[in-house]
Amino acid sequence: MTTALTSVQITYTSGEQVEVYRFSIPVTIGIPLLALFVQAFLPLRFPWFARYVDLPLLVTIFFAMARRSPVAGLFTGAIIGLAQDMLGHNPIGIYGIAKTVVGYGASSLGVKLDVENAGARFLVTLGFYLVHSAVYFTVARGLVSMTQSWNWLHGILAGLVNAAIGVMLYFVLDKFKQRT
Amino acid sequence: MESVLGRYRNLIILVGVLFLQVLGLAMQVKRMGNEAQDTRLIRIWAVGSITPFERGLVWMQTGTRNIWHNYFYLRGVRAENRDLKAQIEQMRLEQVRLSEDAAQARRLQSLLAFKEQFVAKTVAAQVIGSSGSDFSRIIYIDKGENSGIKRDMAVITPDGVVGKVALVYSSAAQVLLINDQTSGVGVIMADSRLDGWLGGTANGEVVMNDVMSDEDVPVGAKVLTSGGDQIFPKGLPVGTVAKVMKGKDLFLNIKIKPTADLSKLEEVLVVVEKQEKQATADDKARVRAADILAQRLPSVPDRPTADAASVGIKPEGTAKPAFTTSLPPAKTPPATTSRLAEKNATNSTSAATATAPRKTGDDTSATPKQNSPAASVTTKPSVIPAKPSTAQPKPSTLPTIQPGSQPAADDNSPH
Repeated sequence: MTTALTSVQITYTSGEQVEVYRFSIPVTIGIPLLALFVQAFLPLRFPWFARYVDLPLLVTIFFAMARRSPVAGLFTGAIIGLAQDMLGHNPIGIYGIAKTVVGYGASSLGVKLDVENAGARFLVTLGFYLVHSAVYFTVARGLVSMTQSWNWLHGILAGLVNAAIGVMLYFVLDKFKQRT
Repeated sequence: MESVLGRYRNLIILVGVLFLQVLGLAMQVKRMGNEAQDTRLIRIWAVGSITPFERGLVWMQTGTRNIWHNYFYLRGVRAENRDLKAQIEQMRLEQVRLSEDAAQARRLQSLLAFKEQFVAKTVAAQVIGSSGSDFSRIIYIDKGENSGIKRDMAVITPDGVVGKVALVYSSAAQVLLINDQTSGVGVIMADSRLDGWLGGTANGEVVMNDVMSDEDVPVGAKVLTSGGDQIFPKGLPVGTVAKVMKGKDLFLNIKIKPTADLSKLEEVLVVVEKQEKQATADDKARVRAADILAQRLPSVPDRPTADAASVGIKPEGTAKPAFTTSLPPAKTPPATTSRLAEKNATNSTSAATATAPRKTGDDTSATPKQNSPAASVTTKPSVIPAKPSTAQPKPSTLPTIQPGSQPAADDNSPH
């Protein structure tokens, strides 16, 4: 009974060999909130942080890959993305759309591939960072008419930085996983 | 049908969620310009859940730093104190020069009936957070509606302009920085007086727009606020020209380096009250060393009021002589002279008092002709604001000639 109250069944198995994890409610709410907080606070001391690191994206990818449920993944992405939009001054929904796509994609990929080892995580994070940037760029330019310039060099560099941080972060977050 | 829905369930949900978000975006874009107010209630949730933690962390950080700086890190304070004193001495000298320039500028502005805005009241606020995104250059401050902060108030630091208040919550506010691509500040070049507007780029650079390509803009030129945007008071430092390039069409692409370090803001000032007033030539503030010396010297005793009246002093509202020979107010007890002293306090070029007995009978020198050039000067006190000189009989009637101004052709002056 206690377990039922403090944890939530988030995902269901869809593969035969991959493991599906769930997270307690405090972790489900607290980790994304902490990621948003750090993302908003650290740029005050380290201005480069906002330019190269997207912690909410890394958390989205981690939860989506661990749960291995596309629906749970896309909702996780949408909620974290919308919360990130709310902290800025641009129209709400740009990050929401980008992270919805990433959440769906990461969980779909998690169902089919083993994304538990560091190398796979690095590549998946790099790839999804670029997907996220591309979707954000398209929505911002196409729907909101924001002036955006695409910079491949910055995109790849930031993708590598995020992937490196992501690999380390995922190992820490692995501690909060609960087997179903 | 059911099997199709079941098979593509995930995809259908994805499309549905995306569609809802696109719909929401479209609604916000349609109301562009006021979208921040429309979504204010939604944003409160996110801001309300993040800012308390940020505020707490900043408070702890500041507390720790204060303990360190106020108690432990006192090494070298004496040397620093000595240096600061020397610096103050140098700044005093500089201040004397600048105050003369400022006084002259005020006189000229009063001539033009020039109205200017002053920063009347500011509220200091601590920066507690940012958007965390490179696409939204904003900061959060720990003061909001409860501290009198309102939307579109200017946010500055002692170094220069930072941005404007975009959204206000009860105990926090969102500040749009000048390097955001949606911001705009009316600016003017300090030396060449070229005006334009300042905005941010997608890369976070600050550029000055609307300056024609045939204009000469030197690198390093200072840029100030022009006051044209009705948000920032005129004359606040904004930045310096860092790079000038040919831009699109007929305009220059001028990159500006902001004087305020926008990437490392800790405390800012929010201009909560601006005062618009006409500049006046306030000569009360101008005290010359000679005047102070003259006041300390023995002076001629006061004369009774009757004598003062007999020497042709005219009541208020009549034409007044150009130059004064008044003594300090403490030495003017009679009613007429005190009234005149009062007048003097408000108008430095007001009527001559009768306290100098050597002027008795010298009606013409005390009250110049109405149609003389000097008389016309007296009706516009700001043109040549003469300073009273008490001890010297003759020089007291001489005007204080301001740099750049023509001495008044006074028929009665003893040339």
